[in-house]
Amino acid sequence: MSDIAIRVENLGKLYRIGQFAGYKTVRESLNSIMTAPFRLLRQKGDRRQKTGSSGLQSPVSGRANTIWALKDVSFEVKRGEAVGIIGRNGSGKSTLLKVLSRITSPTEGRVEIHGRVGSLLEVGTGFHPELTGRENVFLNGAVLGMKRAEVERKFDEIVAFAEIEKFLDTPVKRYSSGMYVRLAFAVAAHLEPEILVVDEVLAVGDSAFQKKCLGKMSNVAGQGRTVLFVSHNMPAVQNLCRRAILLDNGHLTEDSETNDVVATYLKSGANELLEQRWHDLHTAPGNENVRVVYAGISTTSEQNSHHITVETPVDLGFRIVNFRPEKLLWFNVLLYNQENICVFSTASRPQAFPKGIVGGVCHIPGHLLNDDIYMVRLLIHFQGAEGVDVNNILTFEVHDAGEREWGWYGKWTGTIRPHLEWSLESVNGLS
Amino acid sequence: MDKIEQVGTTTASVTVIRPTRGWIPVNLRELWAYRELLYFFTWRDIKVRYKQTLFGFAWAVVQPLLMMIIFTLFFGKLAKVPSENIPYPLFSYAGVLPWTLFAAGLDRSSNSLVQDANLIQKVYFPRLLMPLAGILSPLVDFAVAFLILIGLMIYYGYYPSVMMFWILPFLLLELLLAAGLGMWLSAINVEYRDVRYAIPFLIQLGLFASPVVYPVTFVPERFQAVYGLLNPMAGILEGFRWAILGTKPPSALLIASVAIVLVILISGAFYFRRREKAFADIV
Repeated sequence: MSDIAIRVENLGKLYRIGQFAGYKTVRESLNSIMTAPFRLLRQKGDRRQKTGSSGLQSPVSGRANTIWALKDVSFEVKRGEAVGIIGRNGSGKSTLLKVLSRITSPTEGRVEIHGRVGSLLEVGTGFHPELTGRENVFLNGAVLGMKRAEVERKFDEIVAFAEIEKFLDTPVKRYSSGMYVRLAFAVAAHLEPEILVVDEVLAVGDSAFQKKCLGKMSNVAGQGRTVLFVSHNMPAVQNLCRRAILLDNGHLTEDSETNDVVATYLKSGANELLEQRWHDLHTAPGNENVRVVYAGISTTSEQNSHHITVETPVDLGFRIVNFRPEKLLWFNVLLYNQENICVFSTASRPQAFPKGIVGGVCHIPGHLLNDDIYMVRLLIHFQGAEGVDVNNILTFEVHDAGEREWGWYGKWTGTIRPHLEWSLESVNGLS
Repeated sequence: MDKIEQVGTTTASVTVIRPTRGWIPVNLRELWAYRELLYFFTWRDIKVRYKQTLFGFAWAVVQPLLMMIIFTLFFGKLAKVPSENIPYPLFSYAGVLPWTLFAAGLDRSSNSLVQDANLIQKVYFPRLLMPLAGILSPLVDFAVAFLILIGLMIYYGYYPSVMMFWILPFLLLELLLAAGLGMWLSAINVEYRDVRYAIPFLIQLGLFASPVVYPVTFVPERFQAVYGLLNPMAGILEGFRWAILGTKPPSALLIASVAIVLVILISGAFYFRRREKAFADIV
């Protein structure tokens, strides 16, 4: 037998954007059937008009409604290899895993898989809240492709791994989230497929349990089984996989040693908006009182300035043009994370400035923000005059620093991640 | 978008995934390989059904029993609907029982894919298992409610005989019909949630369009075949009553019912397979 476990050739997956918008009702479909001929006519008419007047293209065309979630992706994975798949949100990682686990079908290309695939795209898939822990072990096992006899054989081991012996006959809806996840992972970890496909499961559970999971996964890889591991968590990928694949916009852009690929990924910063300038005062955000002309992020980190980690101090710099010299003005910055939670709001002291350019810098110290993507909202307030409010004026990503002393690789819990002083001492030693 | 499908052929543990086009038949070998999962889905549906209810499985009996009592009051006593010389409670219960099984199966299977959308988006298995489990799980309710039927029969002096075993082919036919409709409706439901709202209405309508509260002979002889074609449940219900109570034996109506069941079943299977590949993307 060949030593290839997975061979992917020119894989492509096309999505209709309309499909993301959710399901349709019959009425909508009928409507679109009814209006389709007219739409075609209208488009033709439009085109004729357009060519005559402006050169603008109609934004709605057949092609504009589709996107390639994956395009021309080819790679091979050898048996026993652990490969990390990294990329930004929407880069096609999950789609790739879904195609490989046969959940969704490719639009073009071909995949050859040698061996049984166990895919773990989410822990606890198929768990039913009303069923007991014991019942869910069997159900979940069956859903993940285990035979009943297999589950029976491993039952005690699974329960011991999950540490939930006492709650076996309690419905899982009464479980704490930690117990739930432990049980779910325990079932999944006892799957014995030749190829294991894992998506971001380490983002759950407590530290000790995470360590256990990671250990289990490197065991799996060590036993000559193939692992495909998708994660946003660079330390975990680096720990588990020697080789990694980088996806960007549905394309495979790098396939190499994990450390190199991770470095490329961290440098790219594609989601970020680190600087904005407005050269035309009339179109710059603002009004007759004030215009914002510049916003930018700078770091004092000696590395490249695009790589902001939880340890890096960040400076948010702004320039505005002030037209109301007699008024008190102040800057106000609100920082939102990806869940759109306002992490903090901070304002400068009100001051009057002469007519002209005013610069302002907001210093965010290191060891404050958690790893996340942050959006900056800038407000300029006047006392007794209309100010300006610019949403998403800057966007930046804070990365995990990678060095941890606890052997914990999951997402650090909390909206912020301050570095606080601790003092520990032995209060009463036993001799 | 083009109709794109994927074929997963598993030969000696090599799986090839590629887009394919057109109509593909049900992969019976794969379904067989996944029979344990079908069992677990069915088992889950049964287990979960009456969790956290006060009456539990009594609901399986209470529902058809109450229907029978209401029908007896309104149709038997007030409207004096004929019942082929059989006591009306027994007559209507023998219709309500298979009808309830059909209605529950249709309802559960039609909503099965949508209800387990999360599973469909995260794990691969033949999607057909879900509507099939929806058809099979109400069989337990049916079995429980069947005991009441036996009780009623003894009470009214109709002692069960070996004739009763004739309900088995009719039961099978009914399950096939529910499966065929379930495949159509569950697949449509993935894309158009209208199905969810249409089902209760259709079931209500079907109850009165079928010979549950009245005998098949209500429909004039020359329209019987047409009736069987339009409503395949007519032949099935007629067969049930015949097997249980020895009423008029099945007729041309049944042949029409069998024919239409096969058409629905086969077309449903092909339609389902055709749509199957897009389920995870649109559900």
